[in-house]
Amino acid sequence: METLRLTPLHAVHNNLGARMVPFAGWQMPVMYTSILEEARAVRTSCGMFDISHMGRFYLEGPHALELLQRTTTNDVSSLAPGAAQYSLIANPDGGIIDDIIVYRISESKFLVVINASNSDKDIAWFKSHAMSGLEPQVVTSETVMIAVQGPHAIDVVSRALNSQEVRRIERFCFSNLSFETSGIKTVITACRTGYTGEDGLELIAPADVAESLWTILQQQGALPCGLGARDTLRIEAGYPLYGHEIDDNTSPVEALLMWAVSLTKGDFIGRDAIARLKAAKPSRKLLGLKSIQRMQPRQGYTLFSNGEKIGLITSGTFSPAHNLTLAMAYIDSKAATPGAVVQIQVRDKFVDAEIIPKKAMLQCAR
Amino acid sequence: MATTPEDLKYSKTHEWVRVEGSVVTIGITDHAQAELGDITYLDLPEPGRVLQYDGQFGEVESVKAVSELFSPVSGTVTEINSEIVDHTEVVNEDPFGNGWLIKVELSDPSELTQLMTAEDYLKFAEAGAH
Repeated sequence: METLRLTPLHAVHNNLGARMVPFAGWQMPVMYTSILEEARAVRTSCGMFDISHMGRFYLEGPHALELLQRTTTNDVSSLAPGAAQYSLIANPDGGIIDDIIVYRISESKFLVVINASNSDKDIAWFKSHAMSGLEPQVVTSETVMIAVQGPHAIDVVSRALNSQEVRRIERFCFSNLSFETSGIKTVITACRTGYTGEDGLELIAPADVAESLWTILQQQGALPCGLGARDTLRIEAGYPLYGHEIDDNTSPVEALLMWAVSLTKGDFIGRDAIARLKAAKPSRKLLGLKSIQRMQPRQGYTLFSNGEKIGLITSGTFSPAHNLTLAMAYIDSKAATPGAVVQIQVRDKFVDAEIIPKKAMLQCAR
Repeated sequence: MATTPEDLKYSKTHEWVRVEGSVVTIGITDHAQAELGDITYLDLPEPGRVLQYDGQFGEVESVKAVSELFSPVSGTVTEINSEIVDHTEVVNEDPFGNGWLIKVELSDPSELTQLMTAEDYLKFAEAGAH
């Protein structure tokens, strides 16, 4: 059996009594006390997540920009140093290898954050397309990554790092902040991004300060949250997850992720296929669903309209704020009309749900 | 640590039974609710339905999983706890009290001898936890 990797916060999770589960080759906390309580903390106050399992690597060199322009869909040249962007890695058929965040550190240095489950695949992909001398420098093991999320997240991080500069970091921008703990002086990269729909920061720090950083964030009001709450929150926000909404056989056109694709930046892997798929109009679209029934739509459940099969659920969750269930589904384009009431087959029952745009999901969860 | 009241009987499918004359009250154990996590939906039978020993009588769903409910006795459903259908968190908070699920009129009280004591259930649940 494969040995599970442990994050620098593993001992902390055990001390907190977290329920640990295997996830993408890592042992990760799925919850500490209650998934819904943790999700509620992020919506109303502040929660934090150990996301050290996410892959992180630097690309540095005169050809780094060129490599990223060729292997990712968004326009990296539009990024100023200190800014980050959501992007995709596409295959030649226009399928999605992964969704990622690209940080521009300087003209020729970048940080790329990728999904844990795709880490090996992505890094091999970058290596196979890299020009000579350009090697991804993977820092996943030697760093910790903590997402601090919620309406009070900026206050919490500002107090924890004793920094006013935190407040000046704009959305999708990052800054290096100094952090001193028991004699160790170090630098933390703080990026105003997240995967919950709330304001917040994602912090990357050297692994040896992981425990002190986590502890001070908790003391300042961040509630430890597990992957269970993270999944509920990202579904409520209508954010895709690789293996659910996107994979190597789904395109950004049908996933409605074309805002992360620049067809005008020049050639890149997958460009022609994506342009063709866009011109042909997709046969299905990824949309949101909301239901007042408590039965949760889960991945693979079928969607019907007037008795006819029109789609498949990709993810679903109970949403505690208004006792709703929220889900995402690929729906046949001819039936993909926001406002339409459709039926989800939940085991032996049929549950009414309303089609809503992904962007309208979050307001149902607040 | 999960609690297991001494005065109840337990099934291998993690239901508990409180015997009061010929009518028993049935719920899920503290161990079961902790394993499931936040319970969000309960599918309970209508009063009058006839249940078979070890037959499925409903469903309990949490954010992460769906689990079937199995009847630890044979008999007829006399009452369901309608208070909890829209307040499923009560099953997490008070599984042996306000979080009870159904009451059943026994058709074969001898089946109760097949259920476990609290002590045996605790050993069973701990052994199965991994």
